[in-house]
Amino acid sequence: MKSFLALVCVLLCAVVAGVPLSVSEAQAERPQAYVGAEIIPIVGAPIQNGVLLISRGKIVAVGSRGSVQIPSDAEVHDVSGKVIMPGLIDSHSHIGSVAGGDNSGPIQPEARVLDSIDVRASSMMRARAGGITTVNVMPGSGHLSSGQTLYLKLRRGNIIDDLLIRDAQGNYMGGLKMANGTNPLRTTSPGPFPGTRAKSAALQREAFVKAQDYREKIRRAKGDATKMPARDLGLEALVEVLEGKRVVHFHTHRYDDILTVLRLQKEFGFRVVLHHVSEGWKVPEEIARAKVPCSIIVVDSPGGKLEAINMSMATGAVLDRAGVLVGFHTDDYITDSRLFLRSAALAVRAGMPRDKALYAMTMANAIILDVQNRVGSLQAGKDADFIILSGDPLSVYTHVLETYVEGVRVFDRNDPKDRLYQTGGYGAGRGEVLDLDCFDREEVGN
Amino acid sequence: MKRCTEFLTKRPRVFFIRSFFIYAALILSVFTLSSTARAQVAVRGETVYTMAGEPIKDGVVLINNGKIERVGQASQIRIPSNYRQLRARVVTPGLIDARSVVGLSGYLNQPTDQSQLELSAAIQPELRAFDAYDARERLVEWLRRFGITTVHTGHAPGALISGQTMIVKTVGDTVEEAVVVQTAMISASLGQAGLGQGGKPPGTRAKEMAMLRAEFLKARDYINKLATAKEEQKPARDLRMEALSRVLRGEIPLLIAADRAQDIITALRLQKEFGIKIVLDGAAEAYLVIDQIKAAGVPVIVHPTMERTAGEAENLSMETAATLRRAGIPVALQSGYETYVPKTRVVLFEAGVAAANGLSFTDALSTITIDAARILGISNRVGSLETGKDADLALFDGDPFEYTTHVTGVIVNGKVVSEEAQ
Repeated sequence: MKSFLALVCVLLCAVVAGVPLSVSEAQAERPQAYVGAEIIPIVGAPIQNGVLLISRGKIVAVGSRGSVQIPSDAEVHDVSGKVIMPGLIDSHSHIGSVAGGDNSGPIQPEARVLDSIDVRASSMMRARAGGITTVNVMPGSGHLSSGQTLYLKLRRGNIIDDLLIRDAQGNYMGGLKMANGTNPLRTTSPGPFPGTRAKSAALQREAFVKAQDYREKIRRAKGDATKMPARDLGLEALVEVLEGKRVVHFHTHRYDDILTVLRLQKEFGFRVVLHHVSEGWKVPEEIARAKVPCSIIVVDSPGGKLEAINMSMATGAVLDRAGVLVGFHTDDYITDSRLFLRSAALAVRAGMPRDKALYAMTMANAIILDVQNRVGSLQAGKDADFIILSGDPLSVYTHVLETYVEGVRVFDRNDPKDRLYQTGGYGAGRGEVLDLDCFDREEVGN
Repeated sequence: MKRCTEFLTKRPRVFFIRSFFIYAALILSVFTLSSTARAQVAVRGETVYTMAGEPIKDGVVLINNGKIERVGQASQIRIPSNYRQLRARVVTPGLIDARSVVGLSGYLNQPTDQSQLELSAAIQPELRAFDAYDARERLVEWLRRFGITTVHTGHAPGALISGQTMIVKTVGDTVEEAVVVQTAMISASLGQAGLGQGGKPPGTRAKEMAMLRAEFLKARDYINKLATAKEEQKPARDLRMEALSRVLRGEIPLLIAADRAQDIITALRLQKEFGIKIVLDGAAEAYLVIDQIKAAGVPVIVHPTMERTAGEAENLSMETAATLRRAGIPVALQSGYETYVPKTRVVLFEAGVAAANGLSFTDALSTITIDAARILGISNRVGSLETGKDADLALFDGDPFEYTTHVTGVIVNGKVVSEEAQ
């Protein structure tokens, strides 16, 4: 009798706990075919009445119905009337209640988002609800460098390690956040922070000169531990930047600040992505000549701070026309992850071609984050990161219905627990803390 | 015109060309003057949403002297030949932003252009939006280009009673030219937003309510003394008391910003105690206390659909406008008050998201046209396309709510103020 009760208990537990488990297990074990949707693969033309076949977290085949052989053991999902596209990639976000450097100094490349992020924050759920599957989580722009960014897959993880993206050597991937313009300035109080733009550039150049020196010392040591300089966590990160192993994600709005970044980039030869670029439309040729990609924010109105007063919804269109690689970002909480597709739609409103705008939400950002061989398009061999939409990705009426990372569903609009994070409601924001690091209070005092 | 002049100064030698351009410039300027100032315009739309009855397929709106002259099907309206003609796929009434701070809160976000909050005292109903509104603020123009022709703007939430609000048209070089209603409501805040700054009272919710009640009691006393005291004992003029008297007399509502359900209920308690009119502002958790709001007969100017999920608005829902509407509560949408980037929201976009989250197309459009006008008490002038109303129209090249649709024309008080696709 006792053992019978125990068995019932075990069975009950399995039923209760096993529902999501069995789905993900099945998804992991059996090939999954999503049939009948319009598929926007990003690389290649849209496919009407398509088939997306995935297995063990990877895309096996993408094509029109009939052209893709569906294995007999595959689980077939009828998604006719829906639209499937790659999971969205956000190249600049602040989800997970992150913060980087503190107020002790303007350059803190040693501070890591890795040590700061809360993967259970409601903002992480909202990002999944917005169809985002890969994200660059950044510290703020209140510093010349506020620390190391972190590239994540929005897997349903328990701890941060479950979400990391690892390179071929097994190292987790991320960039370095830097900023110029008004946010890092502290004009009213003396201190370690810069008071002018020239000072900002001088401090950033000084840091890189130090890093060059540090790298030289390491080179000269030739692996001899006794000759190695003392470890310096900040300089180590900057050396990674100098060696092209870590991309600089540079917050920059005004056209002259953009040119300053290009000048620094030329002097020190690092890889850089220009972020926000509110006035990028003023210097498209210069950006194109430097072959530097841009990660753009699209907001509803100009102003709010001095460096964003000349923003234009047409920046994406202008830069794209000039031949610049353009990606979009949410800068969440500045724009909402749940509404990320709006960025592409508003850019199209302002003249960007539709295919380029969708590319900017996916493939362009994959290139920006060095993960283009794994994600950003629906192609055989890539990770099965995709979203199922109720309609045209650029329509206001369209909802993200399901979000998949490596074949596992991480958002389902039909599940009330998930839907809460998409539409909002009681408990939708619980525990979420806004980091106001990029709001420069000093600027108001100028 | 400017280009013609430049051309003349650069190439003055060729007389023929010069005279040609002078003539061209003259003709152009006369034409431009007459077209912008022309009082008579006919707008023909493939679909005209009048917000007063069913939408009209192939409709025409005749505009004469700033007012709507006639609205109907193209087959039944003869457009006089001297009317300037505009065409659009979709025509709606000029859009109304039912709660904003634009014109007081400028786009530079510097102390010099932020006039929406004065924090020297917790209760300052005497502060007039009229004395602070900058008609030439760039954000006003920004909104206008997206079809927003009327804005209820003024003092922001952030003080127990922060000051007055006003209603403007998004045109005019001066506040006098823009104004529709000089004092529309008095802005109050409960919950976190109503607390005093820097240790000043009120420091708790209970103190907020105690201070509000005490002030209204004083105002009631002021009204009584004015009415009953002998001439020499009448109280001296008190601007603060005068403003609150208008609320107590039911002339204007108290606009109460409250997001938490408990603060919404507190607002209703105040309304009941003093028998005043109130309008709820924001009301993120309104969906928790629908029955109470409905029973109190209080309209809600609900937060922007896309407002951030944070602070006391952490429980907001994109479906709240739909939920309230379904319950029969009057609802308008607002752009609200933004402290950073973007410096203002655009109600056209907010209504679009509401339409994607439970509201029908027409109901969503109502929240930024006729229903907003009713809540603001200006539906006799704006909010729908009907004969005799102000000729405020927005023209679109598709579904107004689609992100990829453009606003192709804006008409305010019968004048075409924007024709650039936006």
